[in-house]
Amino acid sequence: MTTSTVSDTLLDPKQVADRRARAPHTSMFARMLLRAAVLRRRHAASALLAMIVAAAVATAMMNLYVDVQAKLRTEFRNYGANVIIVAKDGQSLPADSLGKVESVLGAKTLAIPFSYAVARTKDGQSVVVAGTDLNRAQQLNRWWKIIPYAGVQLIPEDKDWVPPKAALIGVLAATVVSPDRQPFELSFHGRTITLQPSGSLQTGAGEDSRIYLDQSEFQNWTGVAPSTIEVAANGTAAEVEASIRQLAQLLPSAEIRPVRQIMEGEANVLNKTHATLYVSAALIVFTSALCVLATLIGWVFDRRRDFAIMKALGASERLLNGFFAAEAAALGMVGAILGFFIGIGVAAWIGRVNFHAPVVPRFSVFPYVLAGSIIVALLSAILPITMLRRIQPAIILRGE
Amino acid sequence: MFPRLVYESFRHQARRKLLAGIAITLGVAVATAMIAVATDIGDKINRELRSYGANLVVTPQEDTLDVEVGGINLKPPSDGAFLNEADLPKIRGTFWHNNIVGFSPMLPVTVRLGDRDTSDVTLLGTYFNKALSFGKDNFTTGVRITHPWWKVSCGDGKESPNCGWPTDDSQNVLLGERLATKLDRKPGDTIEVSGRQLAISGILSTGGAEDDQIVAPLALAQQILGKPGAVRRVYVSALTKPQDALSVRDPKTMTPEVYDRWYCSPYVESIAYQLQEVIPHSRAEQIRQVAQNEGTVLSRIKGLMLLITFAALFASALAVSAAMATAIYERRVEVGLMKALGAGNLAVSAIFFAEALLLAIAGGIAGFSAGALLARQIGRSIFNSQISIEPVLFPIIIAIAVFVTFAGSAAAIRRAVKFDPVFALRGEG
Repeated sequence: MTTSTVSDTLLDPKQVADRRARAPHTSMFARMLLRAAVLRRRHAASALLAMIVAAAVATAMMNLYVDVQAKLRTEFRNYGANVIIVAKDGQSLPADSLGKVESVLGAKTLAIPFSYAVARTKDGQSVVVAGTDLNRAQQLNRWWKIIPYAGVQLIPEDKDWVPPKAALIGVLAATVVSPDRQPFELSFHGRTITLQPSGSLQTGAGEDSRIYLDQSEFQNWTGVAPSTIEVAANGTAAEVEASIRQLAQLLPSAEIRPVRQIMEGEANVLNKTHATLYVSAALIVFTSALCVLATLIGWVFDRRRDFAIMKALGASERLLNGFFAAEAAALGMVGAILGFFIGIGVAAWIGRVNFHAPVVPRFSVFPYVLAGSIIVALLSAILPITMLRRIQPAIILRGE
Repeated sequence: MFPRLVYESFRHQARRKLLAGIAITLGVAVATAMIAVATDIGDKINRELRSYGANLVVTPQEDTLDVEVGGINLKPPSDGAFLNEADLPKIRGTFWHNNIVGFSPMLPVTVRLGDRDTSDVTLLGTYFNKALSFGKDNFTTGVRITHPWWKVSCGDGKESPNCGWPTDDSQNVLLGERLATKLDRKPGDTIEVSGRQLAISGILSTGGAEDDQIVAPLALAQQILGKPGAVRRVYVSALTKPQDALSVRDPKTMTPEVYDRWYCSPYVESIAYQLQEVIPHSRAEQIRQVAQNEGTVLSRIKGLMLLITFAALFASALAVSAAMATAIYERRVEVGLMKALGAGNLAVSAIFFAEALLLAIAGGIAGFSAGALLARQIGRSIFNSQISIEPVLFPIIIAIAVFVTFAGSAAAIRRAVKFDPVFALRGEG
């Protein structure tokens, strides 16, 4: 019927017998499966291709679905702190608070202490002065628009370098204390300090009317220790809640509050995005399943002659069903494995293009893709088989 | 003869045609829904991002410095300049008034509580859900729109009809939750503020400085301060277009054409500029924490949806192609018969392509309608609003459906036509 079987018979019968004897002993069932795939490789290939594409698309979507939340969450951290630790009743926080916070949340989490004092200018105006770690405060609050004044190095390359009594001046405060960018004096409880404006800070909020100093500089001058720690806690809402509870146990003298504006806004946008992604993923997986169904039905239907020959040679209904089911399952399995790796690649590519960070492959998705592929493949095999079962083999073999 | 062949093919193979048609319909429906969602998602997420609150703030031009630490304002109460409440409805008269979701005036007043020797407390006057009108335009605005994370309860986290938002013309106030715990007050109690007995209508939880404050209707705060019509600042929540190279330019240095383009784009900068125009002696500025981050989040989500839409288009194109290829492959015997009767390759191909065209158009129309319904359903269930479908999408979708159907059929048709009629008729496929 085909070239390969013909060439087999043309060979020396002894050689053939020899080769067959040496060949690993496989059951007739396995051989039928293998031969079917090899002989009709073009059809098998197109069915497999559909399977691979569907599995790849499904894998990519599931991977994205799981990972996008984490990716978006890091984007949302650009909104700044979502947890604030405040000392009760205007006191200062215990000196080891920052260390405790970092021990709970890990050193990767941004936790930045702020201390505040109301100082007076030379002409008696009140102004709020804040002490903090300026470099890290900028990492936390990326929206701060800082314009360094010329000739003053604001963000030193060397982390340990502290600008000499330089101060970051909020744009509104600047008009009051130092409109001409000249050094100015501030006094707090009788202690005076001379500050050099190193740059202006614009945020559109309370920071605009404050003056920011380096924490150690601030503490030397005022003796006031940090009263607030702003924390950008990573993770899901539940994880953040858990961190808050843990912090509350460690720091009984402080009040730990979630920033509702940030947390609720984030939850809202994330939920909507997630729901949209879920619907999209479902639609795409459904379409890919449809594609597999159409291809496989064609493939099985196309093999009605094999079906008829087997039936004519006395194959039982059970064997036939088992054969086609095994074939479909094998196809689904191979397609799922190949598709899974391609899908992971696609998800990683989307992550790189859109989020500038690859999507981490989730191997936990694999069982679902595998099971889904096999089920869809089996479904697509059952439909044509039930149709064929009703037909007499002779009719199929006569080509009607 | 040609139309009859096509007609009979549809009549006699209704089931097979139906299967191919369903595949096309489903593919087109998914593609339509995904395109509609992807084109609209920017707008929808932009609206959702408003749950972060106001992105613009308007303050008096000649204001003194705010002296505020930990939510307590140390600035002398009558110090500094004020905006005029009567100017606020004009915000609805700006060029981009349709993009302005809402605004809330704020008037913090430092008050002394009458009953106990406690430290000073800030009373914040604002709109809750105030009905205003500008020209013929009636609207409501206030913190319930601009500050959606503000929650009013009975103090135990539960909502009940006994406690809720006060009305804007009442003498009732909300008590911040930490202040309520400190003073041990519940909704229904009264509190003496600067000689007035005010009823507490609810406990306010915001997670911010307001938790230590009293929040009152603006008119009440103005009475207590003794400055009718005074407003310290106005928070404005507006739908904006993400920042780009044009938006950050200084309007003073623009040529007239560039200025027009800048003015007529809903950038946060140009909306701020327009607010300054309508409110006299004001300074409008973006709240950078909210405004600057919107663009990034928005572009990430839009980019994601775009890529996913491509994946959806690819998957549906593949599904349609697969269905068509299968449908044609099954008809080799027919091809053999036609060819045996003397039909040329061209004639046979033409019949198949005509059939594919009919299927694509029928499936395309059905799929477009189904996709539109699907998109609407998605919009309603996820975003509680319509996802509108541009009519211009219709011809594009039909064209794509025809193209994909043709592309999917082409290989199968070529193989079917090339197949030797003798084998086909003997049934040796």
